[in-house]
Amino acid sequence: MSVVLQVKEASVLFGTHLALDAVSFQMHAGERVALVGANGSGKSTLLRVAHGLLKVSRGQVRQSPELHQAMVFQRPHMLRTSVLRFVMWGLWLQGVSWREAPVRAMQALARVGLQELAARSARNLSGGQQQRLALARAWALQPNLVLLDEPTSSLDPNAKREVEHLLSEWVAASGVSLLFSSHNLGQVKRLATRVIYLEGGRILADLPVAAFFNQPLDQSHPEAHLFLKGELG
Amino acid sequence: MTTLTDTALTALQLLTQLDPLLWAIVARSLWVSVLATAIACSLGVVLGAWLGVARFAGRDVLLTVLNTLLALPSVVVGLLVYLLLSRTGPLGALGWLFSLKAMVLAQAVLVLPVVTALTRQCVEDAECSHGEQLQSLGAKPWLRSVLLAWDERYTLLTVLIAAFGRAISEVGAVMVVGGNIEGFTRVMTTAIALETSKGDLPLALALGFVLMAVVLLLNVCISVLRRWRQRIDGSVVVAAQGGLV
Repeated sequence: MSVVLQVKEASVLFGTHLALDAVSFQMHAGERVALVGANGSGKSTLLRVAHGLLKVSRGQVRQSPELHQAMVFQRPHMLRTSVLRFVMWGLWLQGVSWREAPVRAMQALARVGLQELAARSARNLSGGQQQRLALARAWALQPNLVLLDEPTSSLDPNAKREVEHLLSEWVAASGVSLLFSSHNLGQVKRLATRVIYLEGGRILADLPVAAFFNQPLDQSHPEAHLFLKGELG
Repeated sequence: MTTLTDTALTALQLLTQLDPLLWAIVARSLWVSVLATAIACSLGVVLGAWLGVARFAGRDVLLTVLNTLLALPSVVVGLLVYLLLSRTGPLGALGWLFSLKAMVLAQAVLVLPVVTALTRQCVEDAECSHGEQLQSLGAKPWLRSVLLAWDERYTLLTVLIAAFGRAISEVGAVMVVGGNIEGFTRVMTTAIALETSKGDLPLALALGFVLMAVVLLLNVCISVLRRWRQRIDGSVVVAAQGGLV
């Protein structure tokens, strides 16, 4: 499978704080990579670097020419507009004409079950609906890589399930690649094919999902082992 | 107490009898301040929105100067505009001194830093909070500034109303550049100052009532606007006057 994203020796400095420390990894088409680690480990920074929102202080980020990314944030900001226009604005910013945008936006809303609420103010939606709307906007952009920054961490269990279900459907239907951060290890097991464990801005483990959860890591990756032990009890 | 009551009663009579002198002054005041606010807002919102998003060398210095200009005394603005428009000044050829145009210019200069600084703060807060989400969709700084200003339009409407309040209630600048000429450049605030010094307290008080009524109307507008937005999208419209850093 072709490499869609390559991060090479990337470091990010915030003042004197080293948020990412010589991180290297690559993603292939169709992969679903989960970034795990404690708060402040560099997951969100790495996602932003991969998306081009943050410039690296050192190192390189290479994207394949065919790569088309969309990002979903932990708390999507709802523009002061209707649900339909929220998606249309995203399309327009990506170069889709205002005339063509409504059709594509409605298709995306139907995909996440929000077509009935198209005329409603986006700010009136519940947290779960807002995250589904953010997914609809990302879906409308027809990306081949979706970056998600803790997409379900601020949602209740039902909304979490809905968002996760939509992501699974999306992956099954189009084979889209995912790069997402999560504290929910169950979700990581269900969605990811590969897990990257970060600590202090460094990658300390990069393993297939089965190896990460099922193999003893105490010898090979002691930090990841301690993290898992703490999270799983 | 009797003097105050008598003055207030006479002032009310002037208002209810639609005294032409009084209402001419009110109309002139509103015209000057509305025009000045419109000019200041069209420049200030664009400049403030851009400053809220753009990052460049010297930006901090520019913001410090801008915030300092918020405290600019209106008489100083009047003096500067006077110097610009006086016969020997750079804009003397326009012949605007002691005219309504000069008053509009002075008020616009006075209000411009207010609009720019409040807009900058509002858009910068929005940029910090969710600018990167627009950036992730491909919006460059200039487009983000437009989109964020549009998204914050109801807060910016409050800025506009606050700017109008500042313009209509100032006295120093219009006094210096307008000259307070009866029937020509006399506005509410300059008339109040003059009539009080002459001892014509009823007219001064009647104008004071109108001025207060205009300010009250502005506050009612802000309040109605805020409730309307809360009803539509369930979010709180934050008053733009607060939180200047």
